[in-house]
Amino acid sequence: MGIIKKLGLNFTWFKNLFKKKIARIGIYGPPNAGKTTLANRIVRDWTGDAMGSVSNIPHETRRARRRQGVTIDSNGSSVTLDIIDTPGLATKIDFKDFMAFGMSEEDSKRRAKEATEGVIEAVKWLDDLDGVILVMDATEDPYTQVNVTVIGNMEARKLPLLIAANKIDLPTSSPARIHSAFPQHPLIPISALEGQNIDLLYKQIAEHFG
Amino acid sequence: MKGIQLDLISEDKLDGMTSMEKVRLILDEVRNGKILVLEKGLTPNEQTKLIELTMTEIAPDDFAGIEIESYPVKQNDSFFSKLLGKNTMKTRLTVIGPAAQLKTIKKDRDLISALVSP
Ligand SMILES: Nc1nc2c(ncn2[C@@H]2O[C@H](COP(=O)(O)OP(=O)(O)OP(=O)(O)O)[C@@H](O)[C@H]2O)c(=O)[nH]1
Ligand SMILES: [Mg+2]
Repeated sequence: MGIIKKLGLNFTWFKNLFKKKIARIGIYGPPNAGKTTLANRIVRDWTGDAMGSVSNIPHETRRARRRQGVTIDSNGSSVTLDIIDTPGLATKIDFKDFMAFGMSEEDSKRRAKEATEGVIEAVKWLDDLDGVILVMDATEDPYTQVNVTVIGNMEARKLPLLIAANKIDLPTSSPARIHSAFPQHPLIPISALEGQNIDLLYKQIAEHFG
Repeated sequence: MKGIQLDLISEDKLDGMTSMEKVRLILDEVRNGKILVLEKGLTPNEQTKLIELTMTEIAPDDFAGIEIESYPVKQNDSFFSKLLGKNTMKTRLTVIGPAAQLKTIKKDRDLISALVSP
């Protein structure tokens, strides 16, 4: 018994020594929050590549995308992540909303169909993650079902979550409102578009997902 | 009389149902144009189930999805839940309706204000 226990312990120690774990981090949030803009910035800063296309029309991302092995160095600590940019989560998708952006009816219906599949894919990914960056548009009301659902699921799984309060370059943004809605999670006010506070985000990523 | 049906579902009834039964009931009722008020909210797992099932039912000119509003889950850190080694999730009042009929006007930590249209 004692020997088995000892062996078990040593084995784990051995594994940890040689196999550096890669944390799988999902970027989640409602459509248009700036998830892909952020994913692009992270991946560009640390690998030089890009991740996906960005648009002001919601549900631009309709398939989850994984970028493997992104190593982030911050304040002397280094963490290697798989970054998953997910389709925006929603409880409703109306093709007519896309037509309002000037898309044809046919294209709008196809986009809506793909968007519903994308939401399901994003939900399924929740089962395979080690942590989440929840991106919110800080100019909008944070008390939404999508935010509540993502946070509730991460809490139920006891997995770390960072809130990125995005679009602080816009005058009506209010990271404070987000903080008062979800005070139990670390929040970093950022502009994924202009780069404000991105270093702060990297520091938090290294701290929480390392 | 014509109008919109509002169903208030008690915690007792919800406690007696499985996750799938709850999600199915919600979606069936909402698809029939009803607005539901649940005395007790859905678990995070039930919330994702509901989102998934909603997505499979969305169809152009027929069903555009649901509007759902609830309060953030409260972590129950009471002495007894700690003693029992359980960290139960407390879910709270939830309002659900067809996206075409129910619009949330305003929501904060303790108040949901919604507009119902015929
Ligand atoms: N002002 C401002 N706009 C931003 C910022 N980040 C993203 N945007 C804009 O917001 C819109 C949506 O950005 P995306 O990165 O495509 O958003 P997303 O969350 O990936 O959206 P989906 O893929 O549709 O779920 C685009 O027009 C971006 O340029 C930001 O920090 N500030
Ligand atoms: Mg995107």
